[in-house]
Amino acid sequence: MTAAFDPPATRGIEAPRAPKRRVGGRRGTNFEMYAWLFMRSSGIALVILVLGHLLIMNVLDGGVHRINWGFVAGRWSSPFWQIWDLVMLWLAEIHGANGLRVIINDYTRRDGTRFWLQLMLAASVVLVMSVGTLVIFTFDPTMS
Amino acid sequence: MSNPTAFASGKRVPRPRRGSVYRGDAGMWSWVAHRITGVLTFFFLFAHVLDTALVRVSPQAYNTVIETYKNPVVNLFEVGLVAAVLYHALNGIRVMLVDFWASGARYQRMMLWVVVGIWLVLMIPGVYFMLQRTVSVMFGSAS
Repeated sequence: MTAAFDPPATRGIEAPRAPKRRVGGRRGTNFEMYAWLFMRSSGIALVILVLGHLLIMNVLDGGVHRINWGFVAGRWSSPFWQIWDLVMLWLAEIHGANGLRVIINDYTRRDGTRFWLQLMLAASVVLVMSVGTLVIFTFDPTMS
Repeated sequence: MSNPTAFASGKRVPRPRRGSVYRGDAGMWSWVAHRITGVLTFFFLFAHVLDTALVRVSPQAYNTVIETYKNPVVNLFEVGLVAAVLYHALNGIRVMLVDFWASGARYQRMMLWVVVGIWLVLMIPGVYFMLQRTVSVMFGSAS
């Protein structure tokens, strides 16, 4: 079996739908296949969650002009919108982060550049998901 | 034979088409637009989670920052955000149909025009409602 062309820029990155067993006996986890599947399954949910969010926040009943602290407090006093926003935050952040991970892998040429960009991306994901989750769960609609 | 592309009859084999059927075609541009709209939305999400986090600082801090969203110029950016997300959502459904529907690849070009059509039909009233207030404040008679 001849080895596939493996340029330095993409070395170590699995091809989409890469087989579970890899040449050389290394244990493969089929990560890229699960990432591919996640993009589609989260995408279906995000179509409803994000378009619903944009419709309520930007289009209906005056859109963005009626949003203030009291408006947010009113929404987050309901567990329904808390769960909606939490699921939307997690799915959108992971979906977007995986998209950026693929784009970084596509366009970076040096290993060092790719490493630092992926590290910055990972740091931003941890920041956004922890701050967002904390705010949704610890927000007090009765404060002042 | 010195020239491998020449036949004995003297006719030449037509040069193969450069690139591929994909490159430069509608399918490629829909992919480019999918990437650009996705990256822009991801960067907005970063800013948006941080500005929403201000609800936990104080009502005043949140209200001050959210006022910038009501600025006419920022209002236009919101139209751009909705336009980008709507395209990404509709084209994402098209990508899933290409992947999972047996005839998806055959109808990918037709589905792109359906995506553009639905996008236009939804964006026209969407833009109207999103810019209604801004336009009436800027150009309308004072009420």
